[in-house]
Amino acid sequence: MNRTGNRLAAGGRIDHTEPLGFVFDGRELAGYRGDTLASALLANGVGLTGRSFKYHRPRGIFSAGPEEPNALVTLGTGGRREPNLPATTLELADGMTAESQNRWPSLAFDMQSINGLFSPFLSAGFYYKTFMGPTRRAWMFYEHFIRKAAGLGRAGTEPDPGRYETRHAFADVAVVGGGPAGLSVARAAATAGATVALIEQDFLLGGQLLSERPDGEAAAWLSAVEAELTGLDNVNVMLKTMAFGTFDGNTLGLIERRDGPTAEGAARQVFTMLRARSIVFATGAIERPLVFSNNDRPGVMLASAARTYLNRFAVLPGKKIVVAATNDGAYRAAVDLAAAGAEVMVADQRGAAPASLAADARRLNIAIRTGSLIADLRGGHAVKAARLAGPGSNLEVACDLVCLSGGWSPSVHLSSHLGVKPVYRGDIDGFVPGGFPAGQFGAGAMMGCFSTAGAIEDGHRAGTEAASSCGKSAAVPVPLQLDLGETVAGPFRAIPSTGRGKAFVDFQMDVTTKDIELAHREGYESVEHLKRYTTLGMGTDQGKTSNFGALSAMAALRKATIAQTGTTTFRPPYTPIAIGALAGRAVGHHCKPIRRTPMHDRHLADGAEMLKVGLWMRPYFYRGAGGDVNEAYVAEMRMVREAAGLMDISTLGKIDVQGPDAAAFLDRVYANGFAKLPVGRARYGVMLRDDGIVFDDGTTTRLSETQFFMTTSTAKAADVQSRLEFLLDTAWAELRVAVTSVSDEWAAMSIAGPKSRDILGAAFPELDVSNEALPHMGFVEAGFDGRALRIIRLSYSGERAYEIYIGASRGERLWSRLLEVGAPFGLKPYGVEALGALRVEKGHVAGPEIDGRTTLDDLGLGRMAGKRTGFVGEVLRHRQAFLAPDRQRLVGLECIEEGKRLRGGAILFMPDDAVAGHGRGRITSVTFSPELGRYVGLALLGGDVATEGSEVVAAYPMRAETVRARIVSPVFLDPKGERLHG
Amino acid sequence: MLRIECPCCGPRDHDEFRYGGDACVARPAHDDPDPQAWYRYVYVRNNPAGPHREFWQHVSGCRQWLVVVRDTRNHAIQSVGFARKMARKLPA
Repeated sequence: MNRTGNRLAAGGRIDHTEPLGFVFDGRELAGYRGDTLASALLANGVGLTGRSFKYHRPRGIFSAGPEEPNALVTLGTGGRREPNLPATTLELADGMTAESQNRWPSLAFDMQSINGLFSPFLSAGFYYKTFMGPTRRAWMFYEHFIRKAAGLGRAGTEPDPGRYETRHAFADVAVVGGGPAGLSVARAAATAGATVALIEQDFLLGGQLLSERPDGEAAAWLSAVEAELTGLDNVNVMLKTMAFGTFDGNTLGLIERRDGPTAEGAARQVFTMLRARSIVFATGAIERPLVFSNNDRPGVMLASAARTYLNRFAVLPGKKIVVAATNDGAYRAAVDLAAAGAEVMVADQRGAAPASLAADARRLNIAIRTGSLIADLRGGHAVKAARLAGPGSNLEVACDLVCLSGGWSPSVHLSSHLGVKPVYRGDIDGFVPGGFPAGQFGAGAMMGCFSTAGAIEDGHRAGTEAASSCGKSAAVPVPLQLDLGETVAGPFRAIPSTGRGKAFVDFQMDVTTKDIELAHREGYESVEHLKRYTTLGMGTDQGKTSNFGALSAMAALRKATIAQTGTTTFRPPYTPIAIGALAGRAVGHHCKPIRRTPMHDRHLADGAEMLKVGLWMRPYFYRGAGGDVNEAYVAEMRMVREAAGLMDISTLGKIDVQGPDAAAFLDRVYANGFAKLPVGRARYGVMLRDDGIVFDDGTTTRLSETQFFMTTSTAKAADVQSRLEFLLDTAWAELRVAVTSVSDEWAAMSIAGPKSRDILGAAFPELDVSNEALPHMGFVEAGFDGRALRIIRLSYSGERAYEIYIGASRGERLWSRLLEVGAPFGLKPYGVEALGALRVEKGHVAGPEIDGRTTLDDLGLGRMAGKRTGFVGEVLRHRQAFLAPDRQRLVGLECIEEGKRLRGGAILFMPDDAVAGHGRGRITSVTFSPELGRYVGLALLGGDVATEGSEVVAAYPMRAETVRARIVSPVFLDPKGERLHG
Repeated sequence: MLRIECPCCGPRDHDEFRYGGDACVARPAHDDPDPQAWYRYVYVRNNPAGPHREFWQHVSGCRQWLVVVRDTRNHAIQSVGFARKMARKLPA
């Protein structure tokens, strides 16, 4: 245990009896329960924590909160590796392992700090100029080096084994921020009767009160209010929870960090969508740095942060301290640091310090130099001296810590996410919310109310109003008072200095005053342009400490007011959040559900290679038919053409259409007529969209005068169901029809092949399955195992075939029965690859052809609609563009080159065309045809060249292949349909 | 982050719904032969900044098609009703 370093023997809000071991860059160090990683590093005297983004300059801990631009670390290893975490927000845990970032080979000796010497090339607009100018080609050369040199931490490449959770939560009043204002809001709203969610990103409540002495009146107030809130059962205190975004409907996005080596197996982070009836933002304010030469050296820190490290963490971050002040607040830090034993000098840029503060300071031997600025700093890895400049003072002061206090910027990020622009207020020299949508409020420092007493009073007001806006208005007693006597004198804008070294405005993105001057010179004057030109505010800290400094600098260059220049747009997230937390448990196979048919297990037992088709698992091919898919599908095709095959078609969409007007409804829905379909017969139908494009196809069977059984393609099942409901609900309310999805209620299988009727007869001996009783497009109802059975004679493959529908619970039993009965006939199951190949041979269109761009006429199906009118898509299918002579239409292609093959997706050219560009069309589906002994395919080809017998060239640039093919009819076999009839 | 007050199921997260397009356009009669009427229905849309009538279906709930009046500027939902009832009221 290192008891020397910067740690005080007692004090703070840490538990001096509970030491915690941690590792930083391989060094074993120790801190205490209650530390952050940053406070523990400072306690151990670790001043250098990282290298900067562009110039690889040494950097140290700058703040004590989520605004930290410098001290970013990577936690964890392997899949748990998480980069770019501000050390200032990480609660120290025993065994924590952190490493610094953007340094090579080591933090102390960084090869790329040489980038600083080349900095003229890395100035503002570097990326703009490289991409837009004549140097664009050079980027190809430089990119590799620049990507390696500029950057932050690296994310892990392995899957994250950690668990994440997502949830929804509700509250009457959500309070963002647990400082004096937020606590006062929560107390008031809860006492008024509202359920309250109090959201605090820190692991302790208190906000700025935690930076006060832990034994003073602030601590007493905090304990009293915490006790009061604990006594209220309608307050939910959410610690370590960052409200990262405000969304529509008074919704807050929250991320709670729960990770740490002690929480193995539990959720690392929890993402909550919190819907509140009212939101009160009590997000506080962030101190601004000052801009001068070399102001980024390790050992430079915000004054309020130095005070936080001292009073909360019992760490005295320096022994000889210079406090650079523009306002009274800096004196509070100076006084506390001096009281703790440091030698302190205040350089106040104002002409005079307020008498009372000056008197307090002198009692503690604090030297005050008024009218003084820091002009430059000396020191590399740690600050060694500050050079002061100003009227009457030009001297160098040896120091090991420089504290900056440039005033405060209200945290208006979250309250701006819904598009409310912040407005400038001259009396506090800062931006406050420009108003609130209904049900939202602000309180405390974020509203420009910088005194503790004022924040408590303001919180009381906002909490009462927020509760009242949810209808909760029980009487609220006046809150406990706390007056810390802050004098809030201002505004005093920081005066930028003119030293020789780089003066940083944005520490994380390495943006200097010179970059802002350059942007101004080159015309990028608007703050939004300035941001993009210089990358200012685009780091992981989103410019929390740099935004105001940059826009005040630009305002000065433009000789405009800050109100005129305005501020950039604040967008979620307020701090970086892990994508894993947003996904929660919906990763891997939980990302999308898997749908299995009732026969799934049987397919696996029969050696099926399964294929994911959308959400469905379907048999791709059966290993018994061949070693790989190419061998198997051809064997399975032969089996269907020569004997019989069994196919699981349970994935088809199935819709029950019922009602007195069901026939009239289908007549409008399908391009071909259904009104005259006799009971007991099926018909193939095609649906169009309103714009005349083909939507889906399927078969519909008339079960009775008023009941139809519709099937849709697997892919469009949900869309068709929804579309039918849309038409009935919004357009044709006069039709008495109900449509009900029965997709999951029915298992379905198709038995196809010349032996199919024999097998069906053997399986159902009591049933007449003769051609007379059950002709092509016929339908019979039967029973199996006590369940209704529907047999529809339909063919997709071109062979005689029957679709059999059975209650889902009996699907596997019927499937097994058919295989058993069919075995002597040569019946075996076949997979979707063979199914697709069979339909290509038969010239049936499917998904690759019905691709949302083709019309009935394109697919050669125009005759189905004939001269019918009054169906969906009828009028617009005759649009001029659809009648163009070169419009692509369906053709068949056969490969005419020995030893070559066609490929789906190949681009079609005429033999005289140059093989370049989009060609005349493309191949949509391909199969090897065992019947024809060659590759055949379906294609969409320009109608002006699609003459049967002509040759085309099919180019497949991915493999640098070209192959000659002949245009033929898309129906490759049995054009008269003799196999499926009879 | 919308919540839609389904008249059948109560207030539900918008994840349960499917957006169905502009409800301001009136669908021509199914046998209307006028290409202009269909062209306007399929393609011509206003893009208002303010209240907008649109169709939503409660796909993961009662499956009713609804007419929702949503303010496009802030997603505030002003009214929700069954499309079937509204369809009867709409002028032809």
